[in-house]
Amino acid sequence: MGQGSFISYTTGYIVSVWLTLGAYLAVRYQVLSLNTLFTHTWLVALLVGLALAQFGVQLVFFLHLGKESRPRWNSIVFSFMAMVVVIIVFGSLWIMANLDYHTMSPGDLNRHIMHEEGISK
Amino acid sequence: MNPVVTSKLTFGFWVYLMTDCVLFASLFAVYAVLLHNTSGGPAGHDIFSLPFVLTETMILLTSSYTTGLAMLSVHRLDTRKVFTWFGITFLLGAAFLTMELSEFTKFASEGTNWQRSGFLSAFFTLVGTHGLHIAMGLVWMATLGGLMWRRGLTPSLVSRLTLLSLFWHFLDLIWIFIFTIVYLMGVI
Repeated sequence: MGQGSFISYTTGYIVSVWLTLGAYLAVRYQVLSLNTLFTHTWLVALLVGLALAQFGVQLVFFLHLGKESRPRWNSIVFSFMAMVVVIIVFGSLWIMANLDYHTMSPGDLNRHIMHEEGISK
Repeated sequence: MNPVVTSKLTFGFWVYLMTDCVLFASLFAVYAVLLHNTSGGPAGHDIFSLPFVLTETMILLTSSYTTGLAMLSVHRLDTRKVFTWFGITFLLGAAFLTMELSEFTKFASEGTNWQRSGFLSAFFTLVGTHGLHIAMGLVWMATLGGLMWRRGLTPSLVSRLTLLSLFWHFLDLIWIFIFTIVYLMGVI
């Protein structure tokens, strides 16, 4: 792993603080319903974006990923981890949602389909 | 210590951290699957206090920064500053852990414990596992602090402090996602 400098740690810290505050304020304003600019989906997308941005900032400025000498074994293992994480998280959600759908009672299934298709009774 | 040995040590520890990421990913997946299984009990927006969690987040983020500053002093072999910065990191880490434990006791005293619903089991497991890592990190930091006090900043201690700093930064990385996915998304 490479070594950091005072400037890189401080930059990473300040950017991370602002990204955290940004995410916090976005949710706070939504909770107080002071603005209707963001719908629920967009707010979730914004939060995910801010979290990933902060993840990237801390990887580079705190953990110095990608600064090591070639061949970049740390980055290679990191990419493999990222792939496994995506498979575990999205795979679990996908399988469990599917299982949920196939084990519903007929009444629940009807309500679920009506909800999915946007049919109101 | 031989630089090749040190770089192998760091790489080995990095691989451990990546497998720990996979452990946390499984717990996040469990949490996401069980999120709506509140079984008539409280949901996230009923129990979470955002200003409290923001304070926790800022404390942990600052401790990650002071770890970085401590490592700069380690590479300059400035023992006194290493003690100061790791001392501050330790206090911030202890403050974070105290806040988390007080949140857990508050929940438990209101009957909102891990036996209440699937959602709460997943919540306590995910956040508690992170808290356990923090506690282990504090024990590790105290041990290395004791060693440094007795023997000074030896080359082997420098490489062990490097691993500790990676561990601490990693815990802050995991917390970004706990803060966003559990607390912020739990409230909206």
